[in-house]
Amino acid sequence: MTPMLKRFFQISLALFLPLLAGCNMVVMSPSGDIAAQQRDLIVISVVLMLLIIVPVLFLTLYFAWHYRRTNVNAAYDPEWHHSTRLEVIIWAAPLAIIIALGAVTWISTHKLDPYRPLDRIDAARPIPADARPLTVEVVALDWKWLFFYPELGIATVNELAAPVDVPINFKITASSVMNSFYIPALAGQVYAMPGMETKLHAVINKEGEFDGFSANYSGPGFSHMRFKFHGLNQQRFDEWIARVKTQGTALNRDAYLRLEKPSEKEPIRYYASADKDLYSSILNLCAENGKMCMSEMMHIDMMGGAGKESAENREKLEYDNRRVERGENTNSPTHPASGEPSRSPQEPNSTVNDNGQQPMQHDMHNMPGMDMQHQGHQAPDNGDGNPAPTQLNNNN
Amino acid sequence: MSKTNVDPLEKPRFYLEEDHHPESSTNLGFWLYLMSDCLIFAILFATYAVVGRNYAAGPSPADLFDLPLVAINTAMLLLSSITYGFAMLQMERNAKAETLFWLGVTGIFGAIFIGLELYEFIHLIHDGAGPSRSAFLSAFFTLVGTHGLHVTFGIIWLITLMVQVSMKGLIEANRRRLMCLSMFWHFLDVVWIGVFSFVYLIGVVG
Amino acid sequence: MFSNPDLLKFIFGRLTLEAIPYHEPILIVTFIGVMLGGLALLGVITYFKFWGPLWRDWITSVDHKKIGIMYIILAIIMLLRGFSDAVLMRAQQALAFGENEGFLPPHHYDQIFTAHGVIMIFFVAMPFVTGFMNFVVPLQIGARDVSFPFLNNFSFWMTTAGAIIIMLSLFIGEFARTGWLAYPPLSGAAYSPGVGVDYYLWGLQVAGVGTTLSGINLIATIVKMRAPGMTFMKMPIFTWTSLCTNVLIVATFPILTATLALLSLDRYVGTNFFTNDLGGNPMMYINLIWIWGHPEVYILVLPAFGIFSEVVATFCGKRLFGYASMVYATCVIMILSYLVWLHHFFTMGSGASVNAFFGITTMIISIPTGAKIFNWLFTMYRGRIRYEVPMLWTVGFMVTFVIGGMTGVMLAVPPADFVLHNSLFLIAHFHNVIIGGVLFGLLAGVNYWFPKAFGFKLDPFWGKMSFWFWLIGFYIAFMPLYVLGLMGVTRRLSHIEDPSLQIWFVTAAVGVALIACGIASFIIQLVVSFRKREELRDVTGDPWNGRTLEWSTSSPPPDYNFAFTPVVHDHDSWYDMKNRGYGRPLQGFKPIHMPKNTGAGAILSTLSVALAFGLIWYIWWLVAVSFVAILAVAIIHTFNYNRDFYISAEDVSAEETRRTELLARQV
Repeated sequence: MTPMLKRFFQISLALFLPLLAGCNMVVMSPSGDIAAQQRDLIVISVVLMLLIIVPVLFLTLYFAWHYRRTNVNAAYDPEWHHSTRLEVIIWAAPLAIIIALGAVTWISTHKLDPYRPLDRIDAARPIPADARPLTVEVVALDWKWLFFYPELGIATVNELAAPVDVPINFKITASSVMNSFYIPALAGQVYAMPGMETKLHAVINKEGEFDGFSANYSGPGFSHMRFKFHGLNQQRFDEWIARVKTQGTALNRDAYLRLEKPSEKEPIRYYASADKDLYSSILNLCAENGKMCMSEMMHIDMMGGAGKESAENREKLEYDNRRVERGENTNSPTHPASGEPSRSPQEPNSTVNDNGQQPMQHDMHNMPGMDMQHQGHQAPDNGDGNPAPTQLNNNN
Repeated sequence: MSKTNVDPLEKPRFYLEEDHHPESSTNLGFWLYLMSDCLIFAILFATYAVVGRNYAAGPSPADLFDLPLVAINTAMLLLSSITYGFAMLQMERNAKAETLFWLGVTGIFGAIFIGLELYEFIHLIHDGAGPSRSAFLSAFFTLVGTHGLHVTFGIIWLITLMVQVSMKGLIEANRRRLMCLSMFWHFLDVVWIGVFSFVYLIGVVG
Repeated sequence: MFSNPDLLKFIFGRLTLEAIPYHEPILIVTFIGVMLGGLALLGVITYFKFWGPLWRDWITSVDHKKIGIMYIILAIIMLLRGFSDAVLMRAQQALAFGENEGFLPPHHYDQIFTAHGVIMIFFVAMPFVTGFMNFVVPLQIGARDVSFPFLNNFSFWMTTAGAIIIMLSLFIGEFARTGWLAYPPLSGAAYSPGVGVDYYLWGLQVAGVGTTLSGINLIATIVKMRAPGMTFMKMPIFTWTSLCTNVLIVATFPILTATLALLSLDRYVGTNFFTNDLGGNPMMYINLIWIWGHPEVYILVLPAFGIFSEVVATFCGKRLFGYASMVYATCVIMILSYLVWLHHFFTMGSGASVNAFFGITTMIISIPTGAKIFNWLFTMYRGRIRYEVPMLWTVGFMVTFVIGGMTGVMLAVPPADFVLHNSLFLIAHFHNVIIGGVLFGLLAGVNYWFPKAFGFKLDPFWGKMSFWFWLIGFYIAFMPLYVLGLMGVTRRLSHIEDPSLQIWFVTAAVGVALIACGIASFIIQLVVSFRKREELRDVTGDPWNGRTLEWSTSSPPPDYNFAFTPVVHDHDSWYDMKNRGYGRPLQGFKPIHMPKNTGAGAILSTLSVALAFGLIWYIWWLVAVSFVAILAVAIIHTFNYNRDFYISAEDVSAEETRRTELLARQV
């Protein structure tokens, strides 16, 4: 930020802070650097626009009052309807503001691109050279959140934790319908879409407990599709990992398939271990045995398809009707009044967080990160790092 | 009439004393309809462009399309456009019987086109390459099928018009209707050229 | 015979008794209310022997004025339905905190917010706007009807058919639980197997046919039927905005039709356009639907801009400032509205350059919009402003709309959108522009043109009550939502966990109660005005000292609008005529060529409801029968060559003499 902009921003913030006092506007007072920069943008854009909107509001009210019919002293000129000078001003003034705002937009959109790795911890601190980002793989399920920590080998449901001032690389997908992964205190949201991976880079700068939720309506359980995000210092984060490892169970494919069934108000669950390729197979819609992964399908398609004698591939690729196939009720009963109660998968060894604290060493990178190049929409990854063709642009 | 050369004291004419008939809007209206229909096809083409290579580990255009058959099909539709042109020429000459004859020929070509298309569809579905096999086939069946539905409605319209022409002759209203159907028919021809080159030719060759 | 399930299935498809929501008290009460109201209405019509005139003069009418009025009546009825949904939602959100689950379970609440959006956009705002364009445009351009009068009647009845299909879902089955744009995969067969999405799809498809055809009709009308002398740059601004609106309609509704058709194929045929599996691509739907959806916003707001332009010039007693720049601004908005759709899903993960491009194009739209605001502002400058009700709405709009515009530009900055997207801030923003822009404009238009349509003014007292209730109610209802959005509260929640937020939702509910008073005042205004109609009567045809051609004829205008086609010299042509000593012609009347009424539109639309109902409930015999019937009626209609008649010179003369006498008595 140039000094002038900085100064401008400080003044704007001083103007706005009184308005914010009194209620807890998390968007306006976030705890993560990305969200803070996004907040700054809101303030800058408002102030830029107020430059023109305040005069307009004032003139509207003034003209409306002054030129009322009963005010016979006001000038009346029924034929006056053109002034080149005024016309130039009324087009140029908004144009000037939009040029300024457009420049801010272009720069900030690139700088705050959620796919772009961070280059600073906060306004004062660049990323240290030896920083190791934490990778979290996020899966939006019907209607709960599953988080994999590939470097730690653990997984959790409806609870997310991260050490403060450590960059977090989120990889986000969903199992059935579109959701949006959003922790207002941390950073802006990104859609979670089945069969696709989106990304978000963020960092939390303050310790604390923050709200996270789905910001895109996804069905009857949507309102309770919430989780807590804990910003912890390194020691408490290590304790948290230890707790997950001691209290948690194993997350294998079967456990995942039980978890994947629609359920509401799911308690927090810990998994001390998670199958290494589970996230990748969820992403590729092939967590169920016997299904073909999308990455494989895309590879076949890129090679020109599988020819006419490929009927069995169709069954291997069917995914959306999996619940009907398994003879389960789908999440949307046919008629309004059936008001089906929510179901929780019966998992005997699920654990509810009891906030116990057990310090334990952890190894942050026992699994290689699977960072990929940013190419707009990332296609499902088949696990070995070969990018498959992207979904939208595969017609070339 | 601009304001400067009107003397403010002289009263200009503020209404027409004679009967005022605005020119017919039918041509413009029908063009607008065709353009809106064109947008529907544009969306279907765009959809095909986006998902046309998502074979879902199934058959591709090269596996499925029978170019000679489609070429015959294309010829039928092109010929029907030409014969419709002949019908319009006869209409201009006010020759009712000849107009009806060429309209009939057009209808027959159109029916052969639809017949061949149905044959192709049935063949594909029989081979397990139906519209629910893959996104590519969904887009293919929808694009080609929508065109086919248009041709079918065109044929129904054509038959209706033939009955009307034989009942009422080549009166003004019928001429206008024949003109509209003519635009519709040629429009479908143009769309088909797009389908043929974009879906079939590029699919098999490109 | 009822023991035969196959037969039952054949006759009723998937429709069973279970689909009647007799276990939902809210719906039962509504149903009884609607039934009683409906029976009362039928009784009144029968008692006053109104069936004949209703059929002859209204249902089969091809008169653009009557069709316009019927569109607006449809919009007002649907407004009541859409607003009831709003009240239910606000009440639920004000109650459902912590332990309290509120009174609406998710499966019901989710239908309500979907229905609210669908109804307010497609069956309130759209018919309202179309109604005004139908009523006003031919009068403003000095024409006797639209280009295709039968098509106009057909369009109206198709729109009504769509509304009926949506309303049926209230009592038979369910409505979609997907949000108003029905994003797949949620709206796909696998995740929404019920009839809700099918009601949505067929309701919109049927209404969409009407909208598209009406768009074509009005473009042709404006291009071909203008009075001699009315060049494009002499057209009234409302006609200009109508032209741009209809160009947008014709250029976008086919996209909606195609997109919904693809979703229907996914649901009915099992294709894979928007499924997760087998190569489908749900993101494609979201792109396509917004390529329609964003221009749709301008389809609604441009006519409102046109209404404000007419109102502000009339009540300031002054020519509109910057006519030419107003026209250019409208055209620029029309074109730019196609280049911004992606701003509805910046959070989908497109690259930074794509997001920035769409963000900046969105901001650019605020430049012509800003110019328009300035034009209205400088029209007021050195004017003599009469604060009649339409002008109040206009000033209320100018203040409210700039705030909505500002929050809109905030949302156009992609990184800011990442934190505000899908939040209540967004809800507050678009209600700010749709209520503050579109609805205020429509209510201004009702007060402005009502005397033209019915020959008496609307009661100003209740008009002002309505205005102030709406204005204050709007701010109290939606400002809290801006704050809640900044607190990170997302939209479409049927239950909220944090009890500290309750006060904000309760405040919003109070605002909605005030808006309810505003709507009630509006209804009272209609009733009171009707009872005081002799007192409020206007015989001049020009109660506001108007400036455009519609005020040159009588109120209500005769069937033929103008006994003689007007000749136009200036863009405020009626003002110009009055200034230069226009004398009303009193003789020399000629027979006037007019279109005949026809029932084909109403019949086709009834059959379309049957077709849609069959498709929704898988009653295939009904589908087949009604489809064949539609084809047959359409074809039979084309065999009718006898579609016009002449109003004799004597009749025209009698009508005009009556007016002459009225005017004479007035002076």
